[in-house]
Amino acid sequence: MPSGRFHKWVISGPPLAYLLIFFAIPTLIMVVASFRQPGPYGGLAPLLSGAQGSAGVALTAENYARFFTNFLYTELFLKSLWYALITTAGCLLLAYPLALLIARSPKSQRDLLVLLVILPFWSNFLIRVYAWIIILGPQSVFVGAFNWSIGLFGLGPVRLLYTPAAVVIGLIYVHLPFMVLPLYANLEKHDPALLDAAQDLGAGAWQRFWRVTFPLSLPGVYAGAALVFIPAFGIFAIPDLLGGTGGAMIGNIIKQQFLDSRDWPFGSVLSIVLTVVAIGLAGVAAWFARRVRQ
Amino acid sequence: MRRSGWLAAAAIAGYVFLYAPLAIVVAYSFNNSSMNAQWVGFTLDWYRKLFRNADMLTAARNSLVIGLVASAVSTVLGTMAGYAIYRYRLRLLPLLVLAPIAIPEILMGVSLLLFFVMINLTLGMLSITLAHIAFCIGFVAIVVRARLAGLDESLVEAARDLGATPWQAFKLVTLPLIMPGVVAGALMAFTLSIDDFVITFFTAGPDSRTLPLAIYTMVKITVTPEVNAVSTLLMLLTLVLIVVASKLSPGAMRGR
Amino acid sequence: MALLEIRNVIRRFGDFAAVDNVSLSIEAGEFFCLLGPSGCGKTTLLRMVAGFDAPDGGSIWLDGNDVTGIPPESRNVHTVFQSYALFPHMSVAQNIAFPLRMAKVPAQEVTRRVDEALEDVSLTGMSARYPNELSGGQRQRVAVARALVNRPALLLLDEPLAALDAKLKERMQLELIGLQKEVGITFVYVTHDQQEALALAHRIAVMNQGRIEQLDEPSKLYGFPRNRFVADFIGTCNILEAEVVREAGQRTRLNIAELGEVDALAGEATRPGQRGVLALRPEQVVIGTQLAPGPDENHFAGRVFDFLYLGDVTLYVVELANGTRIEAMLPNSAPGRAKFFEPGDAVQISWRYDAGRFLAD
Repeated sequence: MPSGRFHKWVISGPPLAYLLIFFAIPTLIMVVASFRQPGPYGGLAPLLSGAQGSAGVALTAENYARFFTNFLYTELFLKSLWYALITTAGCLLLAYPLALLIARSPKSQRDLLVLLVILPFWSNFLIRVYAWIIILGPQSVFVGAFNWSIGLFGLGPVRLLYTPAAVVIGLIYVHLPFMVLPLYANLEKHDPALLDAAQDLGAGAWQRFWRVTFPLSLPGVYAGAALVFIPAFGIFAIPDLLGGTGGAMIGNIIKQQFLDSRDWPFGSVLSIVLTVVAIGLAGVAAWFARRVRQ
Repeated sequence: MRRSGWLAAAAIAGYVFLYAPLAIVVAYSFNNSSMNAQWVGFTLDWYRKLFRNADMLTAARNSLVIGLVASAVSTVLGTMAGYAIYRYRLRLLPLLVLAPIAIPEILMGVSLLLFFVMINLTLGMLSITLAHIAFCIGFVAIVVRARLAGLDESLVEAARDLGATPWQAFKLVTLPLIMPGVVAGALMAFTLSIDDFVITFFTAGPDSRTLPLAIYTMVKITVTPEVNAVSTLLMLLTLVLIVVASKLSPGAMRGR
Repeated sequence: MALLEIRNVIRRFGDFAAVDNVSLSIEAGEFFCLLGPSGCGKTTLLRMVAGFDAPDGGSIWLDGNDVTGIPPESRNVHTVFQSYALFPHMSVAQNIAFPLRMAKVPAQEVTRRVDEALEDVSLTGMSARYPNELSGGQRQRVAVARALVNRPALLLLDEPLAALDAKLKERMQLELIGLQKEVGITFVYVTHDQQEALALAHRIAVMNQGRIEQLDEPSKLYGFPRNRFVADFIGTCNILEAEVVREAGQRTRLNIAELGEVDALAGEATRPGQRGVLALRPEQVVIGTQLAPGPDENHFAGRVFDFLYLGDVTLYVVELANGTRIEAMLPNSAPGRAKFFEPGDAVQISWRYDAGRFLAD
């Protein structure tokens, strides 16, 4: 329908402008900042030096050099990567039965069941983390029961809070709905006749799952994995509240650089590397997913 | 379809896993004890203390104001974006709209911090609101776009055919039919804004605290059971909003 | 001067020409039909007349004005969509009132004209109902009423009866004919159903692959098809490959492969050696056990291969000596009929020479 380019720009203009200003430009600024010097009192040093005869732009790659040469940071990245991967796997294991059950329920119940999965997601993120502080805290009934039961095997009392395990539990808990939804969306579309056919041809329950349901659900698995992995990779609040000193992830260091040490250029470097790695891995996963999809 | 017993059991375990922690928080908000341990007795003390806590009330008020403004603006911009993405084959807009949702929140937080400092904007209510709008637009756009996709194109054509200008066709036909989606988007945006922690953390100034920030301080430092009370109330609010939103636009919640 | 003139209109999608240099003119008050198989371009053409699509070449003239670039809301043309496109959030009355509101008609007059329109389509009393409470036939009538209420110059109908079952379709066809006569508005009707087109239209444009094969009155299309496509598309027809042997006054002698020589009606300027087809309607083919052929008839012997009982007539497929099959139609209530023929029966068929028409390729 000929309704003109004018309409197109009038409608897409304002949101485009807003996001350019408040998203694209800040991101660009951060990229540039990663090449700048830290200011004397924190923050950023002036961009144009013009001092002492050396007129020019004060850009440097030393922040990046510092990142790549100092093994500490690489180690931290790998640790965060590892946590994010465990989280993704954990979410997959927990989410799959849920998604499968909902997908196979009668149509009228499905919307309600999905809503029940999503509701916790919509409660405040901190509350959900805080709940685990209670559960894993030293005075909690559950920790008591847990320690008592492993005590039966002669294992000593274990502190659950402020450990990497607590961080992972928190991560899984917070991101679980993100894995359930894409999986469910995929599983819902499966043709039940396929399973009937498989059964007809002699496949048992596990076989039907492993050879028919699971392969078909892979696109949903990848989508869910991406939705869990990327945020989990960059998170800081969960390690901050549940992890104590040992559980720090890359997000914590970024926060620390920006708000505590105020070394903004270096913080920017970390942020950029984080983004590149996260998006890069997501891209690889998507490439995999496309290959599997024939 | 027959559901195998173990599948049902595993799924139920999943639901328990999701809800038990929240149930515990709610339970302890009524617990007459300042330690989150044994159940002592029922009390509403913590709720009373909450309502007398000036800090909390200010934080709640701030959250509300920011939430209303951010959801209003992002609903308008998000509806425009959702419509534009649906209608025209754009490349830049979908990317810009969806990127804030796809990347880790901390990135938006720190980059906006840098941005605001560079343009010399004092960190405060305004900076928080601007930040919230940026990431809410995407959610509203997704919901609106999904709603538009379910709309019968020939209805708009019929309106134009019978004499309506493009604007009239939008106002009289498209808008009423996508309105449930728009409202659902607005409610989602409001909820996201009220609940946001990470981005607010970086873009807030010293005297512009929101509810999540206050909760953070309480959890990290002071840990009094008032936290349970405020959490329960917040959960209740969110529950109501989301149930209403999902009734209005059933597919919206699954759009992610 | 014609009400609607389509001049050399072209519409391409990539390399594919959906509408390939089409020209036609439609007179005021006509019930005009665009007929053709799916993909022939009839709907694309209709949408360009409505204004939803712009031609890549050529122009469209309405009432003497070039409307080619004008948007749909500014053209005095309304469409009845195949899916009816009734606004689900508006009542029947509000739906019908819509074009009147767009034309800024004062409120009282709106009510009056909506009631009139409802009467025109026999839906009085339904004004407060909503589309989802109506049956398919009722929705179709609301769609028609809505498109006619402010008396456009032209009404476009895009296969409006496609979704209805056979009995309802027949009734609606009669109603549409009556309605068109009553309001006197020019109808342009798109369909792939040739029976429907023959029944409804004053004139039909048969389209195929973006071009008009023939534009004529229904009886002329049926009786005098101009080429193989039209002969085959309209009604049932025997189509046999033929080559002209010679012309002799009114007759043309054709050589049909595997059949031998037959006489057919002379076409326009046929020359010996020309290739084409013989088009022969089954109802013109006489079938019987013993036929006495005259000099004006082509006569053959064969066996019944199969038949199709259609209630009022039976269509027999007769296989001739050398394998060629010809369809012959026999009314079941023909006087003096002895019996029905069964497969395997030896029969004879014949037809008058002027029942067969030669169509050059």
